[in-house]
Amino acid sequence: MPSTVNGHALALLNRFAQADWPDYLKLRKPFETLVYSSARAGFRLAARRSTKIQPRLALQASSALFDLSLSDEQKMLVEMLEGFASEVLRAAAHEADEQAAVAPQLLTQMDELGLVHYAVPELDGGMAGERTALTNALMAEALAKGDLSLAATMLVPLSSANCIRRWGSAEQQRYWLPRFLANNDRPRMAIAVNEPYPLFDPRKMTTRARRKGKHYVLRGEKCLVVAGLDASHLIVAAQAARGPALFIVEAASKGVQRKAEPAMGLKAARTCRVQLNAVKVPLEARLSAQDFNYEGFLDYADLAWSALAVGTAQAALDYVIGYCNERVAFAEPISHRQGVAFMIADMAIEIDAMRLMVWNACSRAERGKPFHQASYLSQLLCAEKSMKIATDAVQLLGGHGFTKEHPVERWYRDIRAISLLKGGLQI
Amino acid sequence: MNLDIPKKFSGLVSQAHQVAERYYRPISRKYDKAEHSYPRELDLLAGLLDGMNASSPEAVGATSASKRSVDSQDHANQNGGNMAALLGIMELCWGDVGLLLAMPRQGLGNAAIAAVANPQQLERFKGVWAAMAITEPGCGSDSAAIRTTATKLGDEYVLNGEKIFVTSGERADAVVVWATLDKALGRAAIKSFVVKKGTPGMTVTRLEKKLGIKASDTASISFNDCRVPASNMLGRPEVDVEKGFAGVMETFDNTRPLVAGMAIGVAKASLDRTRQLLGKSCPLDYSAPLLSVSHAEARLYELEANWQAARLLTLKAAWMADNRIANSKEASIAKAKAGRMANEVTLTCVELVGALGYGEDELLEKWARDSKILDIFEGTQQIQLLIIARRLLGKTSSELK
Repeated sequence: MPSTVNGHALALLNRFAQADWPDYLKLRKPFETLVYSSARAGFRLAARRSTKIQPRLALQASSALFDLSLSDEQKMLVEMLEGFASEVLRAAAHEADEQAAVAPQLLTQMDELGLVHYAVPELDGGMAGERTALTNALMAEALAKGDLSLAATMLVPLSSANCIRRWGSAEQQRYWLPRFLANNDRPRMAIAVNEPYPLFDPRKMTTRARRKGKHYVLRGEKCLVVAGLDASHLIVAAQAARGPALFIVEAASKGVQRKAEPAMGLKAARTCRVQLNAVKVPLEARLSAQDFNYEGFLDYADLAWSALAVGTAQAALDYVIGYCNERVAFAEPISHRQGVAFMIADMAIEIDAMRLMVWNACSRAERGKPFHQASYLSQLLCAEKSMKIATDAVQLLGGHGFTKEHPVERWYRDIRAISLLKGGLQI
Repeated sequence: MNLDIPKKFSGLVSQAHQVAERYYRPISRKYDKAEHSYPRELDLLAGLLDGMNASSPEAVGATSASKRSVDSQDHANQNGGNMAALLGIMELCWGDVGLLLAMPRQGLGNAAIAAVANPQQLERFKGVWAAMAITEPGCGSDSAAIRTTATKLGDEYVLNGEKIFVTSGERADAVVVWATLDKALGRAAIKSFVVKKGTPGMTVTRLEKKLGIKASDTASISFNDCRVPASNMLGRPEVDVEKGFAGVMETFDNTRPLVAGMAIGVAKASLDRTRQLLGKSCPLDYSAPLLSVSHAEARLYELEANWQAARLLTLKAAWMADNRIANSKEASIAKAKAGRMANEVTLTCVELVGALGYGEDELLEKWARDSKILDIFEGTQQIQLLIIARRLLGKTSSELK
């Protein structure tokens, strides 16, 4: 911090204060009084100045205050989606996980919510205003209280639309965005970033895009693509000549091979492995916004997964509170024991922390402020703490937590994905 | 939604930071060495702070956190005294926690007076530096078990008992003493009394030698038939079993975020200095995945994430207080997270810097000693967890002990 006149004055005062001579000369008290009154005068002046210009700046000033409140629209949206999460998603979660599939009827219900509208601008018939990141994160959090896999599945269309709105050229937006809202033949896009290598770094992909005349040729392998099996198109991240890029690839293209890739969790999200064997895509398939920013793309993905982690962790906390209050051992509820109660308090502390980290990064992003650092740290905290919360949730239910009678083992499996999945979603 | 610090506080923050850097830091080691000698440099600074506080509702120091909001009818979003106090304290503790605690007229006693005194008392105790005496040899976190008694005798109360861990107990002009009117009535009978220094029957019996915050004195005080005017009792004289103790405990909702702020300040000091010293060996560009960077770099990211988390939780608790939203749970969450975070951050920073960080040429080892108290006073980590858990689980203190 650069030192101002005030800083220099303080340094001087410090030297004065340490000296012995003011006491000898009985100057200390008068000098302190002087400092007191000049500080007071300075503040009065500043206060008067600020009241003078207040009327003109009032609007800006109020919006610049620290404020944790949600807008009325956001509150309503969250309430609506939480209801859907608890009544529809939670009820369907066990079956969807067992079958590794979403029942057609549930798919229709999810579709009817029309979440994709929140990624398409008003001009194109959607509901996305200038600020969307926080609202999208709130939606992810609310849905994940029902089930992480189903919530992720529901966010895929919205994520692809966000991707094109943010990283596509004007022509690409004009072509694709209205199609996301069409009544029939809507594109079903999935985002493919992860690759099946240990210590995978999304900035160092092995999937390549080489330009050949009027085409790019894509070669490589993508894994754990959420909702990839049923997609009509894949948004593929690949290393191009001048850094990483995103390509819209028709899933039916020659050279694209997909197969189901079941994993530890996220089963209802129908994750899939994708082989790209010399897949030819036209030049205009490359997302080419003027301000294309691959790091930003990864950040919005991290924030989406982090928001899902917050919601899932909250679900786990709510569940163990109920369980530990009812479960009796040694003649009283186990929640009466500090060993149990402190684990629950720790969960609540970290969930609140995770939520604030995500909200902070999102609110910076949508106000056009740098948010990479906030997103990086939020991802780090959410990944670590949500896994701890999920494993503690299983622990608190003991042997019962290890069975499929309770959802905690599913949350445990699903949350393991948070720290290792890159891309895939986009708030 | 906006979690950035508003511009209107940038002057305050910069001022406090410069006090920390130019005033506290240069004398930090001096008073860490000279335990029990009063940092006289603080008198001048306290004068400066009083001047700032007198004219601005948003000022540095503990008292501003408890100031009653002037515009209570206004339901619009507020960033007021609680946030201002918190921001000031964070910066000042980036300089030195011990020196902040030793500041005249900025202690918890003054916060208590500002929060619960009636107008006549506010006037009478104006400019008085008040320390706070709660803990007793047989009762720490369990403040309801207080044994110091106050017996009404005419228009005086007679105090008898033993208090320990009184910050600035010897230096302050007065001590706010917690005592019970009737042990049989439990918490509701606990009241606080302002006892002026030199009142017959009040004796400072010892000063503690401590692990850290040595610039701040910690006194033991005994009260033997110590008579104080009845008008020195803070709050209402009657014993209200319904909410008597709650009134006393409410002070914590305002002060716990401030102690969390101290933890955030000292942890930031350690993080900043560690980065400086690690320099090029630790690029810290927030780009590579955590698993691809050096272990030292990864540790620093983790520490920073937890620091940022504690900071946001604490700002939230202060924001709620400013907006008159009940924040007992959030104040405890902030205190719990910030306390353990600061302990971990300052200790890890010493480890990261190695032998250099362990030595007295750097302040890192001092910050690691200073930070420990922040997870203890104003409610230990474990007390905060109890408070949070009781809220979440809907348990009373007799069910969840």
